[in-house]
Amino acid sequence: MRGDEILQHLRDRFAGAVVETHDHRGDHTAIVERGALVDVLRWCRDEPELRFDVLMDLTAVDYLKYPGREDGPRFEVVYHLFSVGHNHRLRLKVRLDEDDAQVPTAVPLWPIANWLEREVWDMFGVRFVGHPDPRRLLMYEEFVGHALRKDYPINRRQPLIGPRQ
Amino acid sequence: MGVGSFFTSKLDEAIGWARKYSIFQYPFVTACCGMEYMATACSHYDVDRFGAGLPRFSPRQADVLFVVGTISHKMAPVLKRIYDQMTEPKWVVAFGVCTCTGGFYDNYATVQGIDTIIPVDVYIPGCPPRPESVLDGLMKLQDKIAAQTQRF
Repeated sequence: MRGDEILQHLRDRFAGAVVETHDHRGDHTAIVERGALVDVLRWCRDEPELRFDVLMDLTAVDYLKYPGREDGPRFEVVYHLFSVGHNHRLRLKVRLDEDDAQVPTAVPLWPIANWLEREVWDMFGVRFVGHPDPRRLLMYEEFVGHALRKDYPINRRQPLIGPRQ
Repeated sequence: MGVGSFFTSKLDEAIGWARKYSIFQYPFVTACCGMEYMATACSHYDVDRFGAGLPRFSPRQADVLFVVGTISHKMAPVLKRIYDQMTEPKWVVAFGVCTCTGGFYDNYATVQGIDTIIPVDVYIPGCPPRPESVLDGLMKLQDKIAAQTQRF
């Protein structure tokens, strides 16, 4: 399926939940409501014409100081989907406010989401509701804050940790 | 100066001479400096000329800890444990700017110099250091080993 057909298919099925769609140099993106996210993801995985069986990447963006986006929702969680059988791709985004930065987990749909969501939690502080193991992935447990947030000072020093038992 | 102290200092020199030419190193290689370490260890530069040709991959059998490459905060406890597992006498070489100061990784993830965790005897700066610098550092370490008061 071509990218614009995928987006049209998605809009037909989830008319109220798709906030906006666009494509940029052949990469097609849909921004969806958080409430419908799990339904959209499951449908994308199971719908025979789409069959997005691979979650290629799950990451986030902090738009805190992004020109033109200062007043909008601060975070976007980004899902990159790929279908091995159909050889097509789709990017889904969810917008989140700073004081309500949480999304439902995608671990039951794609097990790879486990570590990806832990990384996003670690780096951006976005909480994944229902995650089976919501620990940090890259930084140590004692680390305070989330290092890839735009308001995290680039030179900030934190106390060294001693040897673990 | 009594006879005994004269005898001890000569024994020190003899032990230092023996120790500086039998360096069993533990390469703690975490990053790109490892390639330069390998170049130094192989036949072109040949650290075997300095008696340091045989890496031991157990800290319990090693004398010199070569910390080669960036140390992240999450790796820091591992490095500390490796150091603690080495038996006396032991020395530490910081190989490359990342281990000396953190290098250009002035960020949340990287230890800003391994001397914040463990004592360091020789610093070899460079990104990565050329094998000549490494050999220079190794010879400085040998001088240090030979000149120090030996405990045994």
